[in-house]
Amino acid sequence: LFVGSCFTLILAAAIGLGATWLTLTRGVAFGALTIGAWTAWPKSGSVDIDPYARATIARTGELPVGTGDGVAFYAHTDDAGNALDGRCAFVVNGMTPAARYWTLTLYDAQGRLVANTIDRHGFTSAEILREAGGRFAINIGPRARPGNWLPSGGIEQFVLVWRLYDTPIGVASLTTKEGPMPAVARKSCS
Amino acid sequence: MMIRLALWIIGALLLGGIVHLSTVLAMPTAATQDAYSRLSQLTPVNAVVPLTAPSAKDSTMPFMDPAFAVAVCRYDLSTGALKLRAPLSQAYTSVTFYTRNSVAYYAINDRAAGRRAIELDLMTPEQHAQVPEEEDVTAADRLIIESPTVRGLIVLRALAPEPGLMAMARRTLAGAQCRIEPVPTQ
Repeated sequence: LFVGSCFTLILAAAIGLGATWLTLTRGVAFGALTIGAWTAWPKSGSVDIDPYARATIARTGELPVGTGDGVAFYAHTDDAGNALDGRCAFVVNGMTPAARYWTLTLYDAQGRLVANTIDRHGFTSAEILREAGGRFAINIGPRARPGNWLPSGGIEQFVLVWRLYDTPIGVASLTTKEGPMPAVARKSCS
Repeated sequence: MMIRLALWIIGALLLGGIVHLSTVLAMPTAATQDAYSRLSQLTPVNAVVPLTAPSAKDSTMPFMDPAFAVAVCRYDLSTGALKLRAPLSQAYTSVTFYTRNSVAYYAINDRAAGRRAIELDLMTPEQHAQVPEEEDVTAADRLIIESPTVRGLIVLRALAPEPGLMAMARRTLAGAQCRIEPVPTQ
């Protein structure tokens, strides 16, 4: 009986702590809204935030974008599921859901900005170069490109965050149809 | 023997579930690197302090938006209600309120404020209950926010639509202030 209860307790601790570690490092949260490569957790910016998102935020030390302010979409892969590798060239193009302003920022996996020679870490909707019709293309990669170039510094894995500020669309009811998010595609790898 | 082992394993799974849920729920109070703890070392209480812009070398918090100038008022309502005044920049300004454990419980932007500045009173539910009713009604344009926790963070963000406008966004936030107003006692 003693051996049995020891075994149970150790196994229980391992299962419990293992599950906690897994869920918090992977950023598990409920109510995810996924459009293409982009995922947002609109509830994380309100008092309806779930316990997993609360624990993740407490551990990483970030402050979520408040619901009355905007919404943040995260991408860790392109549309085809390829990891965002800083040694590869990616292109982000298309349209965004209506918002007064948006920003696109490139981080490393821990949420730090990535060092580069031109000191560019992202774009805002006001400074992006657009084609006729409002469409735009952003080239992300280690080497300089004409047009909108977002340097990825050659790091192994980067994260893109698209933040929409003052968006009239009710984010809770946002669907893929209403919210066209830009496409993310890998072009080549060096 | 097999049944016995299976029972032990089921017990371990149930207990493991309890361990998992309780650690997840305890994390916000146990965390030492959450936003409030990070800012406690950098900011005084009940004053608006600008944060240094995030860079590749250093960032106060992860995933900060580098297009924004950011200032923080780390508040403590134990001695009275807080008055916040934040002038608006030309582009986009927002104010977000977080509890001690980083839950965003209220956010307002320049358009919702509809004036030249965001002005509001922050108080605990107990302090709000003590506000004389006439005052609450007559001052219709007085915006009162209830904080679920005594301590917390107010984060003011002003957008610089292009890098050249960052200095202006920072100047706008430099005009923001938060201060404690002792509750009048009758």
